[in-house]
Amino acid sequence: MTVIADPKAPRSRAAGPGRRATRTNAEAAGWMFMRLSGAALVVMVLGHLTGNLVVPENGVRSLNFAFVAGKWSSFGWQLWDLVLLWLAMLHGANGIRTIINDYASKALTRLWLKVVAVAATITVVLLGTLVIFTFDPCPTINGKVRDGSPEFCYSTTP
Amino acid sequence: MSAPPQARPARAPVGTVYRGRAGMWSWVLHRITGFLIFLFLLVHVLDTAMVRVSPETYNTAIETYQNVVMGLSEAGLVAAIVLHAMNGLRIILVGFWSKGARFQKRLLWLAVAAAAILLIPFLAIHLSHVFNPHEDTQPSPTISSPGGD
Repeated sequence: MTVIADPKAPRSRAAGPGRRATRTNAEAAGWMFMRLSGAALVVMVLGHLTGNLVVPENGVRSLNFAFVAGKWSSFGWQLWDLVLLWLAMLHGANGIRTIINDYASKALTRLWLKVVAVAATITVVLLGTLVIFTFDPCPTINGKVRDGSPEFCYSTTP
Repeated sequence: MSAPPQARPARAPVGTVYRGRAGMWSWVLHRITGFLIFLFLLVHVLDTAMVRVSPETYNTAIETYQNVVMGLSEAGLVAAIVLHAMNGLRIILVGFWSKGARFQKRLLWLAVAAAAILLIPFLAIHLSHVFNPHEDTQPSPTISSPGGD
């Protein structure tokens, strides 16, 4: 019969079962991150869905450029969506990592799947961050506000 | 440390105390919903990024979603998100609440009930918009700047 270490026993630095492989415990930090970010995401995602699908008079059919521009002309919603983007993508990426570790049995397959997941995550987080920070709610073309912009873009034009 | 685990009297032959029971199915559901939500996020950020191109580009992208098939998919997406969220709160309680592990099964039914309470009014509102032919795609304001033209 194989004897395994008591999972709650203090970790020993000596070789053998239950030995600490590294100085820090990244998996424990990841475990805690999933719970902390998850709790925040429950509030932030449900707020995002309520604000975009329930509060507007025509629900999902209200969504268009003017709607998004109206929201992102306020710093509060920019910050909300920025934090949401980062937390959701990091939470999701760590979940995908867990799934890859569980189902891809070859080391090389795991490596490649993680490279793809990390590349997709970095691309989407950077793209989303760039869009939120460089977004113009009143884009112009030939010196005039473009069609489809929110109404407040037109009312202030002299 | 905690008391040694008590041997449960054998019941129906369903593998182990874990396999095939509520704990396993909630774990399967959490994985599937989490994976689907992550795939949606990738698409969602890409389509929203179209606001940076032009109002027309973004509206064209969004219009391709405004049909019954996508409306039903959105209902499924929100259901997946709400189930993942409520089961996630259950996982947090199982980990941090001293009685969480003991009540894990009851917490699962509580999570499912909370998800149903959130989803029923949401789906009523969302599907009423999806299936309402009079609420066509919102016309984009086409006001030109005053004094122009």
